Amino acid sequence: MKPFAYVSAPDVATAVRVIAAEPNAKFIGGGTNLVDLMREDIEQPDTVVDITRLPLTEIEELPGGGVRVGALVRNSHLAAHRLIRTRYPVLSQAILAGASAQLRNMATVGGNLLQRTRCPYFYDGAAACNKRVPGSGCDAIGGFNRNHAVLGVSDDCIATHPSDMCVALAALDATVEVQSVRGLRRVPLADFYRLPGGTPHLETALEPDELITAVEVPELTAPSSYRKVRDRASYAFALVSVAAALEVTDGVVTDVRLALGGVAAKPWRARQAEAVLLGAPATDESFRRAAEAELEPAVGRPDNTFKIELAQRTIVATLRRLSDRSLGVGRMA
Amino acid sequence: MVTLRMRVNGTTRSLDIEPWVSLLDALREQLDLTGTKKGCDQGACGACTVLADGERINSCLALAVQYEDRDITTIEGITHPIQQAFIEHDGFQCGYCTSGQICSAIGMLAEHGAGMPSAVTEPGATGLSEAEIRERMSGNLCRCGAYNGIVDAIKEVAR
Repeated sequence: MKPFAYVSAPDVATAVRVIAAEPNAKFIGGGTNLVDLMREDIEQPDTVVDITRLPLTEIEELPGGGVRVGALVRNSHLAAHRLIRTRYPVLSQAILAGASAQLRNMATVGGNLLQRTRCPYFYDGAAACNKRVPGSGCDAIGGFNRNHAVLGVSDDCIATHPSDMCVALAALDATVEVQSVRGLRRVPLADFYRLPGGTPHLETALEPDELITAVEVPELTAPSSYRKVRDRASYAFALVSVAAALEVTDGVVTDVRLALGGVAAKPWRARQAEAVLLGAPATDESFRRAAEAELEPAVGRPDNTFKIELAQRTIVATLRRLSDRSLGVGRMA
Repeated sequence: MVTLRMRVNGTTRSLDIEPWVSLLDALREQLDLTGTKKGCDQGACGACTVLADGERINSCLALAVQYEDRDITTIEGITHPIQQAFIEHDGFQCGYCTSGQICSAIGMLAEHGAGMPSAVTEPGATGLSEAEIRERMSGNLCRCGAYNGIVDAIKEVAR
């Protein structure tokens, strides 16, 4: 690990002032991703600004029925919180489907949003990776790409975003609150992540001197759930995951939110599928048509073409389960 | 170099460390508490699990400076029925993952006792089934494959 200067910020004002003044500085929260990346020399900050003492650890109910989550709330605490478990089961389930209990105890909400990809070529300093070294090429294309993206890919990068939590947040229309010396702004999660295009090293709408201070989630009345498909039963990144909320009235879809994980460089909001579903009968046929519409532009590679069909089946299965539940069929899961 | 204090196994210790030193290395190299093991050093195996203010964490991914004034418990500071249960149920073979497994199990029992759910928790369920134990302990790998003994040991203590 490259040596760095360490600053512990006592308040938000100090944190954003230090990050703006120090070239090549990074915030550190739980450290579960950044420490690993620094140890691999992928991240090499000159200054690390510790934000874990900032007072951003509250989970508050908002007047309009939504919830505001401080950026330093630990993943485990968010998943276990009564408001989240009762109103946003998809969010609680998504968090619990990710990482291990130890990591969830350390990892913060803000840090989870900013996880880097787990592409092995990104981690391997000897490999070509446009995300790590812009212009160096992409060894994943034409390499071992079983875990890689099929939607929103470019000729420069096929890496995926590894988060489960963010897939739920994408489905929930969350907003990210960020602060800098220039003030406070709110970025809808839909605009927070960038697709790789020709600049896969640019991953979010955050400026280098901006600090995530909170995430706000609007009210959700529809039943919701998260389903994750992976190579082992626990403690593995998603091959494909689905975050869904579905309301069915008189057999017709009256509200639907759908997002996919493991298939793109960002948590993938499935707008095409939603457009097909809204107003359609809540049947397997509609679910299948919606899933096909969403995956229509997908581009598979030799190792990951299976994800296209897998994503469609997982969408159908997740929606069917939610639909059965609103009709009172079967048991809750 | 940073000077900081930390409570380790009930005793306040003073450390002079560089900010890039992990909590794991600080415990092992500076405080001579070598019971906590370095497995993968990248948060994938759980061998380095310790308790910070009673919560289990991976000490390999923790910078020691971030744990100033916190209360750290390592295997050297633990006296708990789970240790005897591991012996009785053959919860290990080589033993390298065991200190992490034991710290993790103690943290896990506290989480479960506080009502924290897991990925396999059914709505309304409160018990610690075998499926619950396996899911909640999935962050601790045992390459000897002593999982059945580990689950039995935890089951006995959770009863």
